[in-house]
Amino acid sequence: MDALASNRIEEHAHGEKAGTISRLSPTALRVRGLRKTYSDGAVEVFRDISFDVLEGQSVALIGANGTGKSTLLRCCLRLIEPDDGEVTINGLNLTRQTGRGLRKSRARVGFVFQKHNLVPRLTVLSNVCHGALARGQGIRAWGHGIARTREREKALHCLELVGLADLAERRADHLSGGQSQRVAIARALMQEPELLFADEPVASLDPHAGAEVMELFARLNRDHGLTFVFVSHQLEHALHFSERILGLSGGSMAIDALTHSHSLASLRGFYE
Amino acid sequence: MNKVESLHRLPMRAEMPKPLSAAAFVLVLAFFLWSLSGAGISIPDLLSGLPNMGVIASEMVPPATDRFMPMLHSVLVTFQMALVGTVIGVIISMPLAVLAARNLSPHPWVQSSVRGVVTFIRTVPDLAWALFFVASVGLGPFAGTLTLVMDTIGFCSRFFAENMEECDPGPSEALSAMGARRVDIVVCGVLPASMPAMVNTSLFALEKSVRSSVVLGLVGAGGIGAELAVSMEMFRYDQAATIVLMIFALVLVVERFNSVMRARLIDGR
Repeated sequence: MDALASNRIEEHAHGEKAGTISRLSPTALRVRGLRKTYSDGAVEVFRDISFDVLEGQSVALIGANGTGKSTLLRCCLRLIEPDDGEVTINGLNLTRQTGRGLRKSRARVGFVFQKHNLVPRLTVLSNVCHGALARGQGIRAWGHGIARTREREKALHCLELVGLADLAERRADHLSGGQSQRVAIARALMQEPELLFADEPVASLDPHAGAEVMELFARLNRDHGLTFVFVSHQLEHALHFSERILGLSGGSMAIDALTHSHSLASLRGFYE
Repeated sequence: MNKVESLHRLPMRAEMPKPLSAAAFVLVLAFFLWSLSGAGISIPDLLSGLPNMGVIASEMVPPATDRFMPMLHSVLVTFQMALVGTVIGVIISMPLAVLAARNLSPHPWVQSSVRGVVTFIRTVPDLAWALFFVASVGLGPFAGTLTLVMDTIGFCSRFFAENMEECDPGPSEALSAMGARRVDIVVCGVLPASMPAMVNTSLFALEKSVRSSVVLGLVGAGGIGAELAVSMEMFRYDQAATIVLMIFALVLVVERFNSVMRARLIDGR
């Protein structure tokens, strides 16, 4: 971890619980008073969720099944509409945006899903090229066959970063689970995101492939300064790959602390 | 729990029907029996018609070959009508299906309206469309082709929309999360995922059009059906037999072609 990252963590530790903006490290993601209910308000998933994520930080979001971790990530991009609250990504308030403005804001965030969500019948390279849609490449990003040479090269570079450049021409539905997830990461990188969300990215992978994918995220966070927020049920991953842990329980944020202040035992206690 | 107790807990092999279900069943059965008379089912008429069937069948053998080339040309026209009608119908069906699909339509009202139009197109029978177009653009293959376009739109729009609704929402959500436009999501996420089912539907539409185009000729909409109608009216059952055999061969070839295409395009064989 470099000095800047250490400073950020120290400052966060001394400065605040969620709520205060750092003076040295800009806030990549700011969430204020987020609330989500289902069934016309009858079922409350979470309420009054507030936290900040600093630029370059890696944050693990943990919690038991049904506590709303995935819903919270989706609410941050308004893939699911929150009932109340505000989400600001690098100074842009998503909650007030519609149409083109909202699409532009979403484009700044990469999202890796639990199930990779690649388009199955297309090639790996075409799937990665889709990431360029986020940068307004229009129909030239519909497939690698019509993409600009510069974009094709960039897509190949993203595949190199995840170690899959050799499989560029393979169909996405002919990949293993781990390979598919790495292609999904390459697609997110193609967006040139300022922030990366990952919703249980290794839940469907075997331990070896899962560790590889998490190492890849850690490398992108460490070497490229990519701000990273991930949901995980694997507490070892939360402890090993994050600087900070957020824990959802009973509809509110029960944990917001630096990772080193927690142990496996204390986190296990959180689930009981 | 001992064995006797567990036997008492076994569910009955067949449950007694509930009074309402039994009454509904009796009602449906009664309606079917009434429908037999409405449909004009008559065993005596069938028995008295059997000798006529035998005479006509004997006159069909051997099939006539004196008008073989004109008939072959009509078969070709029939296939051309089916092909062109299906392709144009499929092309028009694509945007209609997007508007009619629950997950892609820009507004519920648009979805309901487009679904309503498609349902109307589908429920009007082929022959009614054929008579409408014959009256509008005159006798000939053009009227038949327009009929097949309408038939394909009614068939494909509905099934394409269902294919699009059934495809995995994951890729679309991923594209949406990266800020893609609706058109990007349709082209990059939905169409590739639903393509196998749509190709399958289109090939079925082609088979359907080939069979329909034969019947359309009977009302003057061109193709081999017109030849069949003339042969039957002139009691040239031997010529009719040749036409039936040609139609059989055409349908067989189209079905065979379709299964090869399905294997290549969908299964990747």
